Amino acid sequence: MSPVTTSRPRRRLVNLSNFPLFRGTSIAVLVGMYLPLLLVVFYSFNQNRLAQIWTGFSFKWYDFVFHNDDILRALKNSLIVAVVATILSTLLALGAALGMLRMARSGRVFAWGLLGAPLLIPEIVLAVGTLGFFLTIKVPLGHVALILAHTAFCIPFALLPIRARLAGLDAAPFEAATDLGANEWQILRRITLPLLAPGILAGALLAFAISLDDFITSFFIAGPGATTLPVYIFGMIRSNVTPAVNALSTLLLIFSATLLLAVYLLNRIRRSD
Amino acid sequence: MTDAHLDIRQVTKTFPTPEGGVVVALDSVDLAIAEGEFFVMLGPSGCGKTSLLRCIAGLEYPDSGEILLDGSRIDDIPAYARPVNTVFQSYALFPHMSVAQNVAFGLEMERLPKNEIKSRVAAALEQVKLTGLDRRKPTQLSGGQQQRVALARALAKQPKVLLLDEPLSALDLKLRRGMQVELKRLQRETGITFVFVTHDQEEAMTMGDRIAVFNEGKIVQVGSPQEIYRRPVNGFVADFIGETNLIKVTVGSGGFIFPGGGVLARELLAEDCEVPAAGECLLAVRPEDFELVDTDAAVVGEVVDVIFTGGLIRLHVRAGDQEIVAALPSHGVVVPAVGDQTRLRPITKAARTVGS
Repeated sequence: MSPVTTSRPRRRLVNLSNFPLFRGTSIAVLVGMYLPLLLVVFYSFNQNRLAQIWTGFSFKWYDFVFHNDDILRALKNSLIVAVVATILSTLLALGAALGMLRMARSGRVFAWGLLGAPLLIPEIVLAVGTLGFFLTIKVPLGHVALILAHTAFCIPFALLPIRARLAGLDAAPFEAATDLGANEWQILRRITLPLLAPGILAGALLAFAISLDDFITSFFIAGPGATTLPVYIFGMIRSNVTPAVNALSTLLLIFSATLLLAVYLLNRIRRSD
Repeated sequence: MTDAHLDIRQVTKTFPTPEGGVVVALDSVDLAIAEGEFFVMLGPSGCGKTSLLRCIAGLEYPDSGEILLDGSRIDDIPAYARPVNTVFQSYALFPHMSVAQNVAFGLEMERLPKNEIKSRVAAALEQVKLTGLDRRKPTQLSGGQQQRVALARALAKQPKVLLLDEPLSALDLKLRRGMQVELKRLQRETGITFVFVTHDQEEAMTMGDRIAVFNEGKIVQVGSPQEIYRRPVNGFVADFIGETNLIKVTVGSGGFIFPGGGVLARELLAEDCEVPAAGECLLAVRPEDFELVDTDAAVVGEVVDVIFTGGLIRLHVRAGDQEIVAALPSHGVVVPAVGDQTRLRPITKAARTVGS
């Protein structure tokens, strides 16, 4: 490093931190975002049957969650649906992104709009529509219907990072591969997919998170045998709010935090490579 | 020419513009390149030289015309099946592969046996002096090293023709000089035909066995560096290759009347150029081809600038309505000062007509 590092003050149009309410607002926002999460974790260790009255420390609600067949069944349903929907939606999004490359500019803009629009449509509308559609074409509600519905609404999410990555790629390595004797299939396998891998991984994770988390569509489509975890939790708090809900939520929190950390570490390894 | 190695016949290539028009990148280009030649395609940007290179590589297809390699057509077969390889301007290395994997890629596409790939990769890396860096990723290499990987990757394929698209333009001057020498050496050692695209006339003169000068989609002149420098076919070539004075003269009975009234005798002109019977024409004279004279001066005028450049002194002389540059040896002559009247004449057979 050079010994004469002169750090120029960063120019900003408006220095927000000078405003009188800046600090207070920031703290309030952060408290509002994270205090509920901390409360969930805190009360998950509550001994009392009533979630909001603290009487002592206990692991019993975790024990309850791990031994409750209904919860485990709902978790299994959620994971099956999320894994299958993630794989299908990521593959379809990848195919769409690669297919759009070959289209003329106007067609590409139209196709991208068509595939991206569901991101802006209220999910309740999609859910009602999906339910009506499945009833019309006589798809029985349950696992298959859930997987189909989740795959559909996950595609725009999986497509976002894949397309961003694709747009950032230089054409030159592809021309070089052709020049060196690679046909289209070999280019796809040896150049395109490895270069797109970070985008594909990000797309898959996003799709997985969206699917695992989904309530509205799942509530409409699940049917009796295929209750997913969010739908089951909704049922739990309707009857009564026990610390078991908090314990289950804490476990989900740990799971998603681990996933996030894994992606972060993976990216760091890739970059230092 | 039937014995040409790479034969380009009447190749035309157009590109549509966003406004709905058409740009003619190549206009019925004919060119014959011999086997084992270091051939340079030179021209300003947008002159069509890169388009022709990409047509030979198969990255573009000509609208019409034929490209033949050793007598058989290659313009209709896809790029991946042509026995030619390219060194790209941006190097175009595969960022996710190591140096060795980059070089091996083309050989793996040919499904060569593993041990042959290994030995050819090692040989190619040795040729470009990169031995020992085979496990590095492209991002861990300097620009010059990346350039060498790109070169090794193309050479490992042992192509019949190696196409180089302004490969040195991203390197700094010193590195560039070194690579020019090394490319010449590689070409001699391998005997592969090199087709080298550049916009740098000095580079073209240094490297080319022959040079084709492109302008506006056409080849203006093909020849050895000496031919092109000494016998440019028109004002564009004379001006583009090296430095030249393009002087508008009037053809008179005694010779050529220069601006400012000086006269150059007809006998002093280069022998192999056309001279119009009367009227005006353009004379091309290199700055270093002027000498100071006492009598029979062609350029008579006032010195407006004197620049010392080491071995040569550059005089800017105003003759009539034109400024003429002469480069004289800095020793053994009495150099005029700014404001002096001076008399110059092109040395015998140095001035050429280049049309009007």
